[in-house]
Amino acid sequence: MLKKILIANRGEIACRVIKTAKRLGLKTVAVYSDADKNSLHVQQADEAYHIGAAPSKDSYLVSSKIIEVAKRSGADCIHPGYGFLSENCEFSRLCKENDIAFVGPPESAIEAMGSKSRSKEIMAEANVPLVPGYYGHNQDESFLFEEANKMGYPILLKAAFGGGGKGMRIVNSEDEFMAMLASAKREAISGFGNDQMLLERYVTKPRHVEVQVFADNHGNCVYLGDRDCSLQRRHQKVIEEAPAPQLSDKLRKEMGEAAVRCAQAINYQGAGTVEFLLCGDEFFFMEMNTRLQVEHPVTEMVTGVDLVEWQIRVASNETLALTQDDITLTGHSLEARIYAEDPSADFMPCSGVIKLLATPQNSKHIRIDTGVNTGSEISSFYDPMIAKLIVWDETRDLAIKRLQSALEEFHLAGFHCNVAFLHNLASHDGFVKTQPDTHFIDENQDELVKVDNADLEICNILASLVYLDSIKNQNCASPWNKQQGFRLNQDNNIKIPFTELSNISAVCNGASYSLTLDGQTITADIFINDTHINANIDGIKYTADYVLDQNQIELMYLATTHRYQLKDKHYVSDVENDDASLAAPLNGTVVKHLLELGSKVEKGDAIVVIEAMKMEYTLTAPYDGTLTSFCFDEGELVSHGDLLAIVDQEGA
Amino acid sequence: MTILKSQINSHDPAFVEKQAAMNELVKDLHKQTAKFIKGGGDALIERHQGRGKMFVRDRIDTLIDEGSPFLEISQFAAHGVYKQDIACAGIVAGIGRVKGIECMIIANDATVKGGTYFPLTVKKHLRAQDIAEQCHLPCIYLVDSGGANLPEQDEVFPDKLHFGRIFYNQARMSGKGIPQIAVVMGLCTAGGAYVPAMADESIIVKDQGTIFLAGPPLVKAATGEVVSAEDLGGADVHCKVSGVADHYADNDEHALSIARQCIERVNHNRPTAPLLDEVKPPRYDASEIYGIVGTDLKKPFDVRDVIARTVDDSAFDEFKKYFGETLVCGFAKIYGMPVGIVANNGILFSESAQKGAHFIQLCAQRKIPLVFLQNITGFMVGQKYEAEGIAKHGAKMVMAVSCADVPKFTVLIGGSYGAGNYGMCGRAFEPTMMWMWPNSRISVMGGEQAAGVLTQVKQDGLARKGASMSDEEVADFKKPIIDQYEEQGHPYYASARLWDDGIIDPAQTRHVLGLALSASKNAPEKESNFGVFRM
Repeated sequence: MLKKILIANRGEIACRVIKTAKRLGLKTVAVYSDADKNSLHVQQADEAYHIGAAPSKDSYLVSSKIIEVAKRSGADCIHPGYGFLSENCEFSRLCKENDIAFVGPPESAIEAMGSKSRSKEIMAEANVPLVPGYYGHNQDESFLFEEANKMGYPILLKAAFGGGGKGMRIVNSEDEFMAMLASAKREAISGFGNDQMLLERYVTKPRHVEVQVFADNHGNCVYLGDRDCSLQRRHQKVIEEAPAPQLSDKLRKEMGEAAVRCAQAINYQGAGTVEFLLCGDEFFFMEMNTRLQVEHPVTEMVTGVDLVEWQIRVASNETLALTQDDITLTGHSLEARIYAEDPSADFMPCSGVIKLLATPQNSKHIRIDTGVNTGSEISSFYDPMIAKLIVWDETRDLAIKRLQSALEEFHLAGFHCNVAFLHNLASHDGFVKTQPDTHFIDENQDELVKVDNADLEICNILASLVYLDSIKNQNCASPWNKQQGFRLNQDNNIKIPFTELSNISAVCNGASYSLTLDGQTITADIFINDTHINANIDGIKYTADYVLDQNQIELMYLATTHRYQLKDKHYVSDVENDDASLAAPLNGTVVKHLLELGSKVEKGDAIVVIEAMKMEYTLTAPYDGTLTSFCFDEGELVSHGDLLAIVDQEGA
Repeated sequence: MTILKSQINSHDPAFVEKQAAMNELVKDLHKQTAKFIKGGGDALIERHQGRGKMFVRDRIDTLIDEGSPFLEISQFAAHGVYKQDIACAGIVAGIGRVKGIECMIIANDATVKGGTYFPLTVKKHLRAQDIAEQCHLPCIYLVDSGGANLPEQDEVFPDKLHFGRIFYNQARMSGKGIPQIAVVMGLCTAGGAYVPAMADESIIVKDQGTIFLAGPPLVKAATGEVVSAEDLGGADVHCKVSGVADHYADNDEHALSIARQCIERVNHNRPTAPLLDEVKPPRYDASEIYGIVGTDLKKPFDVRDVIARTVDDSAFDEFKKYFGETLVCGFAKIYGMPVGIVANNGILFSESAQKGAHFIQLCAQRKIPLVFLQNITGFMVGQKYEAEGIAKHGAKMVMAVSCADVPKFTVLIGGSYGAGNYGMCGRAFEPTMMWMWPNSRISVMGGEQAAGVLTQVKQDGLARKGASMSDEEVADFKKPIIDQYEEQGHPYYASARLWDDGIIDPAQTRHVLGLALSASKNAPEKESNFGVFRM
């Protein structure tokens, strides 16, 4: 058995691996970048080593530094997690050269699956079904027609050198083939000057179903059921489940066995995932991921197997603990990925400090894998995933209910996250009652990102109560604190100074309040601490988490978060207004200076572009004036709030 | 610590009747107040706001801290005094918290006769300054006034306690280190120009505030020069050229924000830190005071039942309980602050007056603020009492009250007649603040007694001529006298003339006292020097 494991990763997966490794009695070694020095994985590991600057290319992606730490710390194996170096055959080879066990497949397997075309050739040989297609040079029309008839309809016609949907046609039947081919060719020749065509079976309403396989170094290979990961947004999985629903036992077995053939074809070792497109009862190989997947916990929940334990045991040269016949699937599990992103702004990634993280309790039904807690920072340098919320129950219906209520208890403050979106998704009939295909989210995006305002009034009341409590200085006996809003011979009326809502007022009677909203009056008693409010509103109890910081209340009630800006007594005059400066809106890199120094600019002129979270942001002149300096060179990293350029105001 | 036991039967018909009667008075009090807080009325408020200005009460709400109480004074000022309605005498004044500091806010209401100063406007302004000076409260003047009301100039301008006194007070307070901040949010003409000019710091709102000794019409009349108000004394002139104003504000909100900043920077140090312990409210419901006291001054009640509904935890340690029992004296706390309570429980006798004098001295010695609950028809009269020297015993109490240099608060909870008013710290004895309950009455003696005295004098005169009055004639003679006393002794009449600082709901007495007590603690404690007590 191995003795000491280095985890060449960060975040939740590093924490996840540390947990199992510790249970197995291995010493654990973490590595960290500048951005992660206070991270949970660093705290949880027995040892931790700094490996460089925040950008991954300077830290988590530098094989040599990681190998060096492994040697220095005496680690005898390295777990790469997912992402970073997990599918890097060079790194796998380096480990071997340095006599360190790589917890993953051999270099050859990674390499074989790394190339899409090569992997398809191998799979075809291993009799694993592929999406039928013709990619050859024979462009004879009747030949293509025959090929098409062989594949079956619908067919996707694509210009070999095309793009942007031009020269592309979906052919639904034999009858339209020739006409469609001619029109696609015409478009291709005018668009790209070349009319070479590819044919592919068009997979309508495809589901993404993948099979977890495991192989040891002694020729054993099993599959541990499947997962449905069809709920995707821009090829990013959002909710995954195991087992894939509505699959016949026969189909499940066929897919499982195909996946095992796939693994055996490349002499696989360790944990791997074979991804298929499922269309009705047909399935086609897409690719094989030669690592532990993000969504592996759903498989663990239904099989009872700790996949990280198996990885470590395989790396220790042990044989698999179970044979295929021993593996059973019990109940149903779902995983929702909670991201720092703003669904209402087209899922723009967010970053910042987590002001509050309140999660449901771990239990046999609920598991939360995360690498952060209250006070942690989601930095723009890495993936914006905050946590994985995994649920399990006897049936899919029950598990979905678990997921819905767990999301209602998952409260995060500090920046936007996708909890409400996930809740909408988990409550959508298209998901609850049937099994959606991979286009589901795109097709229903408007509906799914809609903010649920059903409880808006309750939220308004709860936020008002949070405000009222905040202005009452509990520690001071002074009547000036105790008699909130006192007015002589009038009601003690307090206007709630939310910038967006001007119609709420309150009268305070000790610990109880009456609130008037839109002419309607309610009474409420509250029990409140720094982040949690428990309110009895007209005899009904409501609870919510909240953060009150810098004149903003973030109120998390069920799956929704509402933000309330408090009107500041401090008036910000134009002279003082800071929004008018050219400050970085988030952490990122300066991509381009758009103007020469000394240029005259008008308000709104583009001045500098930064890239953050894979998106570009253009900053514009806040007023008319002269561009006098750039504070950072192109290519330099900037932090949120850094001043990027200075424009001298005209006449100021 | 003794907890007062106060057993009442709230189902007793007499209680219910008294409660209903008091409730009517309180309702009317609220009704009147609701009218006053509308200033010049909705139409004028709208016109005012249409000029980009905030209504005076919105200005105050914006100025004071979130949730801060506002202890307003003299809401009834000028009520029914002049031919026109002059709500609140055209000036809103009271204590509010700014940046955690209790401040006196004095704000003109331009919707009421352009915020001009009537005689009672001046009196109210001076009274607010007086409270501020006694309590060492920073003063914030929100100026929006056309200056003295010219037709009333003889009652506004020349005398000691007239317009000029405002500036005298500003100077003297500034000299004592009591900050004076002026915010010019509208007109600030002639004498009014000295409010910002005399202030420690002044703020002016652009396009709204103007400061000048003489406005454009007077300038034109005097020298023929034609100039706009803005060019003559606007924000630009005063912030950039003259230096009359110190801070330039974009609008009302900005100006008030700057005023808050100014207060934050005054380096105010309260001599005694506010208490941090939890305070226990009274054990009995304050609203029961209605049914205990009622509105008929002839019906007696035990004042301890009122005290039990006013002080912390209903805890009251009585002093000399069995001596001079018609005056109840004792120690208690209000919102954690120690007070000595002096309360009438019947007519004053020699013993009660001696006890009162003793207790007041005790509190002055210990620097404990005094609270007077006044319900007094006067000192006992008659040969026996004169012979035992009730006048000198009463004088001892008046001496003690006059010279005790601790914060003093007087609440008229019933009658306030004759020398009883003196011994119980009436207006002439400079209580820090003084309030009336809506059921209370104030006059030199009761209306019926006065009518009786005057009837007797008249009958004596007639008797010398051998004539006499029929019962009917007596009744006709007495009625106008009784009516006059009733009208002039009424709290609305009294408060309109600033014989007090406001009329309060009996159920709010504890809160009002607490706020005022806390405000008074901003002033340093003083030693009391008593005069010669006639023994």
